[in-house]
Amino acid sequence: MRPLITFAGFLVLWWAITQFTGIPSYMLPTPQSVAAALWTQRGYLFDNLLVTLAEILLGLVFGTIIGAGAAIAMAMYVPVQRWLMPVLVLSQAIPVFALAPLLVLWFGFGMASKVIMTILVIFFPVTAALADGLRQTEPGWLDLAATMNATPKLILWRLRLPAALPAFASGLRVATALAPIGAIIGEWVGASSGLGFVMINANARIQTDVMFAALFLLCVVAVLLFTAVDRALRKLLYWVPDTGGFS
Amino acid sequence: MSPPPALNVQNLALHYGGEKIFENLNLEIRAGELTALLGPSGVGKTSLLKIIAGLEAPFAGTVTASDDLPITGRVAYMAQQDLLLPWLSAIGNVMLGATLRGEPPEPGRAMHLLDRVDLGDRADALPAALSGGMKQRVAIARILYEQRPIVLMDEPFSALDAITRTRIQDLAVELLAGCTILLITHDPLEACRISHHLAVLSGAPAELGAPLTVPGPPPRALDDFSVLQTQAQLLRMLAK
Repeated sequence: MRPLITFAGFLVLWWAITQFTGIPSYMLPTPQSVAAALWTQRGYLFDNLLVTLAEILLGLVFGTIIGAGAAIAMAMYVPVQRWLMPVLVLSQAIPVFALAPLLVLWFGFGMASKVIMTILVIFFPVTAALADGLRQTEPGWLDLAATMNATPKLILWRLRLPAALPAFASGLRVATALAPIGAIIGEWVGASSGLGFVMINANARIQTDVMFAALFLLCVVAVLLFTAVDRALRKLLYWVPDTGGFS
Repeated sequence: MSPPPALNVQNLALHYGGEKIFENLNLEIRAGELTALLGPSGVGKTSLLKIIAGLEAPFAGTVTASDDLPITGRVAYMAQQDLLLPWLSAIGNVMLGATLRGEPPEPGRAMHLLDRVDLGDRADALPAALSGGMKQRVAIARILYEQRPIVLMDEPFSALDAITRTRIQDLAVELLAGCTILLITHDPLEACRISHHLAVLSGAPAELGAPLTVPGPPPRALDDFSVLQTQAQLLRMLAK
């Protein structure tokens, strides 16, 4: 209920600004005209929405797999951590924006360059969160496991990894919130479909209402995706104390 | 399970960053009996226990078993925290050793042990749904599941309220009877009630006082005269 009230209040504020400030509609269209654009262009917007959604989801899935794989590899083999971690940190010093044109050049205007861009954006939060979680296993548990003659492999899979899942979940939430950014940046730089492509196109033709419609859809997707991931994580991590929060 | 061996701690020394925690420590932990080790915080009790368990390396000295077999692999460990894994049910925690060794778990035996600690009806409960006393009972069942002849306990009952503590002490003594046990505790009454022998570790670098033996089989009654007398004697030693 509360999000709806916030949303309605935001709409009223927006409408009032367009109504009383005399701001030209090519700079800030009225809520009505954006709603109209949403309706008249629904087929076009929906098709492009699906493209962006696919890029986000593929990026999330592969980014999570690669990120988790890197964190587990670092936990299993100390040399991997010594070599990989500095590279990872260094990779974060390069702005993804700067890489976008290169990725389009290498992987084309299609979906691949956007998925890779999304992977690049979310990879680090996932790896860093899980690596942290794997490093911070309760020492008492490890002592207990040592007295039980546990094998190092099973200590990792049955003890350290489950213990690290709450930290991993935090990284995954951040990744879910960031993933749309990767896909949209990729589409801005060079694409033939997707909401980012719609926005760039509409912007060039001063169809600001269409641009806002695309932006609105992107927000809806981002919020729904985050809510879904957050709820699923809470279900999966049934043992983690939950004192309320987001959705 | 092989007959429980006695443990011999010989000339053990532990240094931390140049500081001598203890040196030339000698202690005999008798076979099949419970030895309690008392002493103020920071005196190296937990380190001593971890060295015996093979979790820490000593600076010098040795710990050997009377049957000349290695000690590692024959030790069960119980800490102040219950160390239950929060994502496993009570019975899953009892069988943790099998899981971590890659052995097939024996749910029938685990269930029987949960029954013995009076938690048969809570086998599927997560630790978060159990009280502190229940969690320590699961931890006792986990020790019993391991079937180890040597049991090392580091203040396992200190977080419990007085009544629960007494009950769980009695239960532990009953169920772990026959094992070679080293119990670290802050609680002189606990040491006097449930141990066969007790020793005080104190000073810097720490030294072991002459071992005391409380007459009569444990667990002793709270108002047992020898318990009260030994407790008074212990308190005097600890206060020095």
